[in-house]
Amino acid sequence: MATASQQGALPVGTDEFLKGLWRENPVFVQVLGMCPVLAVSNTARNALAMGLATTFVLVLSNAAISGVRRFVPKQVRIATFILIIASFVTVVEYLIQAISLDLHKALGAFISLIVVNCMILGRAEAFASKNRLAPSLLDGLGMGIGFTFALFCLGAVRELLGSGALFGVELAPAGFQDWVVMVLPSGGFFTLAAWLLLFNWLRRRRDANGGAA
Amino acid sequence: MSSDPLWTIFVNACLINNFVLAYFLGICPFLGVSAKLATATRMGGAVTFVMLISSTCAFGIHRLLTLLDAPFLTLISFIAVIASSVQLVEMFIKKVSPALFRALGIFLPLITTNCAILALALFQTNKGYGFGQCIVYALGGGAGFTLALVLMAGVREKLELAQMPDVVRGTALALVVAGILSVAFMGFAGLGS
Repeated sequence: MATASQQGALPVGTDEFLKGLWRENPVFVQVLGMCPVLAVSNTARNALAMGLATTFVLVLSNAAISGVRRFVPKQVRIATFILIIASFVTVVEYLIQAISLDLHKALGAFISLIVVNCMILGRAEAFASKNRLAPSLLDGLGMGIGFTFALFCLGAVRELLGSGALFGVELAPAGFQDWVVMVLPSGGFFTLAAWLLLFNWLRRRRDANGGAA
Repeated sequence: MSSDPLWTIFVNACLINNFVLAYFLGICPFLGVSAKLATATRMGGAVTFVMLISSTCAFGIHRLLTLLDAPFLTLISFIAVIASSVQLVEMFIKKVSPALFRALGIFLPLITTNCAILALALFQTNKGYGFGQCIVYALGGGAGFTLALVLMAGVREKLELAQMPDVVRGTALALVVAGILSVAFMGFAGLGS
C-alpha cells in the first residue's frame, strides 16, 4: 500500500487515485456508505459484485457531474446530482439483471439502493462538483476500488467464519462448526467493528512512530 | 395485492425486520445522530414523517408508472419525491424550531440519502401493498427506526461515562453495541407469521 510520502515521484493524478484505496478509504476511514457494506457482505461473491456495481456508478456519475458542474445552479445541485446518480443506477440494475439473474436476486433491493449510498453523493459534492473531468474520474475509480476492497474484506471474513467457504468453495477442515451469527445481520456489525478497530490501531501505531500522516 | 393483516405489517416492519437492525438500512444517521437521546427522538420523528409522505407518493407514482408502462422510471421518480419532501420538512423545522434545526445539522438534508426511506418505497412496491397497508408499513418502519435510534442513544449516553481504551472509542464501539442490539432483535423472529 502506498502512503503519502511515496507519491512525490509519481505522475500527476496518482494521488487522486490512491487516496481512495487507503488514506481516505471510504469505508474504513470515512465510514461512509455503511448500509450496503453491512447488508450484502454475507458472501465474498456478493460483496465483490456489489463493490463493482458501486464503482461503475461512482465513476460514471463523478464524470457526468464534473461535466455539468458549471451549468447547475447551487440551490438545486443536490437534487440534480441525485437524479444523475439514479439514472446510472437504473442502467446498472438492468445490466446486472441481464448478466446474472441469480446475482440480481441475491443483491435484491440493494442494487437500487446504490442511489442513496452516501459515499457516491459525498464524492459528487466534495470532489466532482469542484474538479475537472480527469481528476474526478480518477477519484471515482480510486474510491470505488477502495470501497470494493473494504466490502471484500468483510465478505471474505463473514463467509469464511459463517459457512467455512470462500466464493462457495469449501475451505474449512471437516468438523468445523459454522459461526452462524456471522451470516446473520449482527455478524456484519461485529465484523465491521473488528476491522475498524484494526485500522484504528494501525493508524495509532503509525502516528506514534512519527510516520507520515 | 398482498393480503397481510395490518397489525402483522406493523409488527413486521417495526420489530421482526427492523429496518436498521435486520436490513441494515439507515445506518449513517443511526451512527451519526445517536449520541444524544433528545436529538435521536426528534430525528426519528422527522424520518417517520418523511417516510409517511414518500410512502404515500410512491404508491401513487407506482400506479401511474404501471399505467404508463414505464417501470424504468420508478427509481428516478421515487428519489425525486423523497428529495423534495425532505426539502419540505427542512423548511418546516427551520421555521418551527431553529434549535432542533441546528441540532440535526447536516443529518437533516441527509435524510434524502437515508436508505431506509427509499427502501420502504421499493419494498412496498415489491410486496404489492394496498394504500392502507402502505401507510401502516411506513408507520411501522418509522417506529422501528425511532426505536433503534432511541435504544442506541440511551446506551451511548451511558457509554460516554465508562472507562475504556482510547482505540475502541467512536464508531467501532458503536458498531459493537449495534451488533448486540441486533442479536437482541433476533429474538422477535417468529412473532407473527
